[in-house]
Amino acid sequence: MSLTIADPGADAFETLAPSPRALMRRRALSHPGLLIGTGFLALVTLAAILAPWISPHDPYAQDLSRRMADPIWGPKGEWDHVLGTDALGRDVLSRLIWGARLSLWIGFTAAVIAGLIGSTLGVLGGYFGGRVDSAVVYLINVKLALPVILVALSVAAIAGGSITAIILLLGFLTWDRYAVVTRSLTQQLRERDFIMSSLACGASHARIILRDILPNLLNQIIVIASLDMALIILIEAALSFLGLGVRSPTPSWGLMVSEGRSVMFFKPFLIMVPGAAIFLLVIAINMAGDGVRDVTSPEGRA
Amino acid sequence: MSGAPVLEVEGLSVDIDVPAGKLHAVSDVSFCVRPGETLCLVGESGCGKTMTSLALMRLLPPRATLTARRMSFEGRDLARLSERDMARLRGDRLGMIFQDPMTSLNPVYRIGDQMEEVWLRHRGGARAAARKRAEFLLERVGIINPRQRLDQYPHQLSGGLRQRMMIAMMLMCEPALLIADEPTTALDVTVQVQILSLLRDLQQEFRMGLILITHNLGVVARMADEVAVMYAGRIVEQGTGREVFAAPTHPYTRGLLDCIPKHGQSAARGPLGSIPGIVPSLVGEMSGCSFRNRCALAHEACRRGEVALAQAGADHAYRCVLPPGQARGQAPAFAGGAA
Repeated sequence: MSLTIADPGADAFETLAPSPRALMRRRALSHPGLLIGTGFLALVTLAAILAPWISPHDPYAQDLSRRMADPIWGPKGEWDHVLGTDALGRDVLSRLIWGARLSLWIGFTAAVIAGLIGSTLGVLGGYFGGRVDSAVVYLINVKLALPVILVALSVAAIAGGSITAIILLLGFLTWDRYAVVTRSLTQQLRERDFIMSSLACGASHARIILRDILPNLLNQIIVIASLDMALIILIEAALSFLGLGVRSPTPSWGLMVSEGRSVMFFKPFLIMVPGAAIFLLVIAINMAGDGVRDVTSPEGRA
Repeated sequence: MSGAPVLEVEGLSVDIDVPAGKLHAVSDVSFCVRPGETLCLVGESGCGKTMTSLALMRLLPPRATLTARRMSFEGRDLARLSERDMARLRGDRLGMIFQDPMTSLNPVYRIGDQMEEVWLRHRGGARAAARKRAEFLLERVGIINPRQRLDQYPHQLSGGLRQRMMIAMMLMCEPALLIADEPTTALDVTVQVQILSLLRDLQQEFRMGLILITHNLGVVARMADEVAVMYAGRIVEQGTGREVFAAPTHPYTRGLLDCIPKHGQSAARGPLGSIPGIVPSLVGEMSGCSFRNRCALAHEACRRGEVALAQAGADHAYRCVLPPGQARGQAPAFAGGAA
């Protein structure tokens, strides 16, 4: 505030009010959902990135002499295998950490692909209207009519379970939410005066879309991306569980649940641990996404 | 009158396709603007003022079609320029300011970025040079601390400051013609006067032509060198500001002038003037005078044919079947007529 005193021209009212950035920080710090969600998400992301250094064992190393060892809370638990070992004697904690890597990677890249497809279609349809919009709406309707799981299952069965194939498949199956939201938001933005004044300053349509429309959509796109990522992680887990996604021995959470299924009544921790991991990650991503929305646009809170 | 006109418009029409047919938003409008001169387009809502200005910028909505015999701007025909060349003119030689400064700035960019972008798009060069120019212009439009303001976001400025900033942004490339569409309507009265006199000063300084669109006759009286009164898409009276205000001839112009409350005029001394009726639908073909069903002087001749512009003075034309003396004759509602 010393600036205000030194400079008589500055408007005291404007400089005394907290800056929007400070307000946003204050809102973020008092939003438990955002803090818990991003906190857990950050933890998982960090573990995934540091997997080669922090995982206690090789996730592929089998030790048939120590199959289905109890986790630390079990009767014969040992600190060597904190979360026990699976039916082939592989360390569950290590597989969980490497599995997080896979889940986050698939979730993130597929969400980005879906975001690129959906936002491009939505913005073009919303901005240009007319025939372009009719085509976009038609594509969205076709997409909405597709049963996601069914298509995912059949395509995964035909194309096989390579990670690239799954990423592309899920990217192409979940873009509709981006398209619907960006289209209607663009329609509203297009009517705003600053678009007209940008045109009056000589901006081209491409420039208006990239410089005026997209930056105003970014918050919403990030929120949708977080929800989309959670959905993609769930579908990937489901596909792997059904044996149509990631193939063994690659560590995937869905695959771990599937492998533990045969012994679930004797060693329930083998499905509970990866199941809980999926649940917690998805809920953390959702909480973080909702939190970002609440903090960046408090007026849009549902 | 100073030099060759910067803009000459002849026979400008804008038709809009609506489900019921063709809506004639602007019909056969002609005017010219000289450097350093102000043309005021006056009229009530929906009379085609804004459509005329958007037609000049070639920013009409997609359903609208523009026809003009001539739209000559600095020797180039605006109606026939390619979209690309047109985009090059906008913001460079042709500027436009909109009604609501609260919404005509992009909320996600700093003021400085938005101003610099106009310069960089048309002139290129280094950002530092653009910034210098932006700072100079903010200072010129009366913003204190321009350097600090450049780093602020639009929502941190008041309405008056934003309109000044919009004006500065449009002056970045020194346009030959500035179109201001109700630039003061959204501002409070004390700020209105400041913005108007600022526009006036800048216009003299930069030798710009200015088209000022307004429904406020007080603004017209203050600013206009030339006045064009529009009604139902047509110019019904046109001339120098002095002549139009001294001898308003078309019944509609006189009606508008009667609608201004005057100091000391109370209910006891007669009601405030008003114009009965509403603007006719502009869809489909029409014949005769479009003002006839609201006009106190209407008679049989008003129904027939197209009413042409007639001379009422050296630089003064009006669109009425009656000769000037008779058209002025019977003052509707409030006596006097002239402001």
